[in-house]
Amino acid sequence: MDFIIQAIVSGTLMGSIYGLAALGLTLIFGVIKVINFAHGSCLMVGMYAAYWVVMLTGVNPYLALIVVVPLLFFFGYFLQDIVIKPVLEAQSDVREPTEVIIVTSGVWYILDNITLMIFGAEYRVVQTSITGKAFEIGEIIVSTPKLYGLIATVIVSVALVWFLKYTKMGKAIRAASLDREAASLMGINQYRVYNIAFGIGTAIMGVVGCVLIPFYYVFPTVGVIFDVKCFIIVVLGGLGSIPGALLGGVIIGLIESIGAQFMTSTWTELIVYLVFLAVLFVKPAGLFGEKRDW
Amino acid sequence: MSLLEIKNIDCFYGDVQVVYDVSMHVEEGEIISIIGANGAGKSTVLKCISGLVKATSGEIIFDGEPIHNLRPEKIVNRGVVQVPEGRKLFTLMTSKENLEVGAHNPRAYSRMAEGFEEVYKLLPRLKEREKQLAITMSGGEQQMVAVGRGLMANPKILMLDEPSLGLAPVLIQEIFQTVKKIADKGLTVLMVEQDVQHSLSMSDRGYVLEHGRIVQEGTGKELLENANIREAYLGI
Repeated sequence: MDFIIQAIVSGTLMGSIYGLAALGLTLIFGVIKVINFAHGSCLMVGMYAAYWVVMLTGVNPYLALIVVVPLLFFFGYFLQDIVIKPVLEAQSDVREPTEVIIVTSGVWYILDNITLMIFGAEYRVVQTSITGKAFEIGEIIVSTPKLYGLIATVIVSVALVWFLKYTKMGKAIRAASLDREAASLMGINQYRVYNIAFGIGTAIMGVVGCVLIPFYYVFPTVGVIFDVKCFIIVVLGGLGSIPGALLGGVIIGLIESIGAQFMTSTWTELIVYLVFLAVLFVKPAGLFGEKRDW
Repeated sequence: MSLLEIKNIDCFYGDVQVVYDVSMHVEEGEIISIIGANGAGKSTVLKCISGLVKATSGEIIFDGEPIHNLRPEKIVNRGVVQVPEGRKLFTLMTSKENLEVGAHNPRAYSRMAEGFEEVYKLLPRLKEREKQLAITMSGGEQQMVAVGRGLMANPKILMLDEPSLGLAPVLIQEIFQTVKKIADKGLTVLMVEQDVQHSLSMSDRGYVLEHGRIVQEGTGKELLENANIREAYLGI
């Protein structure tokens, strides 16, 4: 029985980190109604940023957050402002601007390949003070860096919900996500709101980057692995839903870790997709998806 | 000098022209109605003033300054505020949050407390419903929130696009009374309406729009007595 409990613990921890990554994607989709295919690449940028900060300064990866998170915020802010905004403006009367999806796919390829060009294809690992650390509760082994991941997920989610609920900009972001024309009529600059939402979504990937580097390889296409997972999680949980992203992340984490007890871990992907299809079959809007008029 | 002056504007949706050479003026403190059939271009004129649709030619002057090249949020900050057709509330936000978002522009944000006081005095029911999600409110209440949200933006001119749309007759009375109260406090009101009887009888002046062109203008009383208008819009 212990191995199942072990799998549940590991799955929940890893799943919460998936959920954190999906949180950024669901925020960007919820506000701008754009599927950001460059989301995984933003994570890759976050991981490289965290990697180099830790390598060059030797600080604890969680201290690197101070540099990486603002860096990623501005990266996302200007990516939206300079690259995506012109396309959105050209399609300002279109409800779901599909051309933007093509643009974000382009950003994905460009970012991944620039990284490949500059840093090469090698898998990089950084030895941090907590790499490989773990502690035991009874027979159960808990990985310390993954536990920190869970804690980061809780802190970021609470902070994000607080920000959206109580601040002026948070309310403006929610208003623009519900009705962009009405938001304009209330004096909200929708493109500024988009820049900030995109910046926050990307900054969250900075957090994920810092959380991941103590136990994950950094390489130019690392984003792709997370990209696909994030899409599944976000759709599973309900597009634009914050609790949906978190729960979806944990579900995927659990399937991967419990499934791996009974079969080769590559086969767990199959179960992930089967569960995904089954949920969509029963609840097409996703677990927490509201039947709203996107 | 007029508070709002529209000079010869043309508006298009894609290749289709919907507003042809429209000119009108609104003086401070007036209530003005724009009436016309469905698809006459009434809402487009308001959208054009708000900057949601750009006029391809012509000028819009507010308070002595051109506003037709400004972005919508800048126009709101000048004090030109629109309560859009169909209310367009932020459905998954509470009534109070809707009002708060109304005061987003810098001119209104600094006086949000006074704004709330004024709006709750005018529409006391909104205070009772503060915590209710907009989507769960009745049509009449939603319209009240929409008007309240517009007032929170600290307008110099309040533009109402079909405030009576989709409401029961008794609520239509109520909404027009509210508009009257707002105007009595000295606020300039520009209203687009299909309820010609109600809107013209309380308006200082009115414009009649047909197929995107102004075909008639006059005082509310003149227009109500006009034989063509009585036949076309009142069926008398």
